[in-house]
Amino acid sequence: MGPLTILSELPEWINLLIAFCIGIGFGFALEQAGFSSSRKLAGMFYGYDTTVLKVFFTAAIVALAGSQLLSYFGLLNLKLVFVNPYYMNATIIGGIIMGAGFIMGGYCPGTGISALSIGKIDAMIFLLGGMVGAFLFAETYPFIQTMAMENYKGPMQIDEWMGVSPEIFTLILILAAIALFWLAELAEKKFSRAEITNDL
Amino acid sequence: MNKRNYMNPYLAGVLLGLVLLAAMFLSGRGLGASGGIKYTVVALVGAVDKQHAMESAYYSKYFENGESPLKNWLALEVFGMVLGGFISGALSHRLKFKIEKSPKISNNKRLLFAFLGGVFFVYGAQLARGCTSGAALSGMAVLSVAGFVTMIAIFGSAYIFAWFFRKLWI
Repeated sequence: MGPLTILSELPEWINLLIAFCIGIGFGFALEQAGFSSSRKLAGMFYGYDTTVLKVFFTAAIVALAGSQLLSYFGLLNLKLVFVNPYYMNATIIGGIIMGAGFIMGGYCPGTGISALSIGKIDAMIFLLGGMVGAFLFAETYPFIQTMAMENYKGPMQIDEWMGVSPEIFTLILILAAIALFWLAELAEKKFSRAEITNDL
Repeated sequence: MNKRNYMNPYLAGVLLGLVLLAAMFLSGRGLGASGGIKYTVVALVGAVDKQHAMESAYYSKYFENGESPLKNWLALEVFGMVLGGFISGALSHRLKFKIEKSPKISNNKRLLFAFLGGVFFVYGAQLARGCTSGAALSGMAVLSVAGFVTMIAIFGSAYIFAWFFRKLWI
């Protein structure tokens, strides 16, 4: 029964080995998806390539539905799986800053690492900038600490917030994803830029 | 040899989802990327100026247990990511040093904006406690409101800023 390392009190090095192996799978999946290409990722925001949406929502649904199923069969205790805390101000402002960084740099941190691993020089510079960003955050932390802690809502979950069961919410998300996939296919036809996509 | 095509996006999504599910089942947590970058910076600052790191409200918590900040789940996961990406690139014949950019802009312009993008993205990710991987994707998989809000904020903001930066890409 899972989470394995939490319930079975395995030594720390096994958990770190698991982290390394999960990382191999993560890096492999991102690269195979084409997330090592900034022009492919940027296509999401100009409509000519919507791979980001398809991969992202499919992955979220597989993990969400998969964990619900494991929990239903008593194989995974979801109460022991980390749920991100919700600091409303920090999440919204941080997200907006990330969006600006995404369109300037063409990568997010995970996809940047994926691109670095196959030799993309722009990704190496992006990650160097990322290290500077983390450094600047640490140095400016005392000034923004109060704002970052405001409107703390705890590890709030969306099914409870909407007043539906996790199963119903999962179903709603799947239906929403199908609608988005359909829109994405339409967008790729409407905003097609063969001169870019043939290059990728 | 010609490079191979990318995997079908829905299939790649299933693969990525299974990796995330494995992280949840094995270690009780989601995936991450910006956190790995943070631990690298924390370790670097600790190596360059230990006194500053110990006195800082932000860095000191990572040195409390006396171990290297890199001996950490997220840091190890990020090392694995580089190997996984390399294996995938090797299998699909995509290993190559290159600057990827629109032919309409110069290398220097691409690299300048790549750098700035990195600064913005990871700064925002530290504030929001996670990036597209750790906050948005992993957060959505555990139904966290923070995950959904992060996803909407990142993509919504990128769509708005896309108009201003369109010359970089199209």
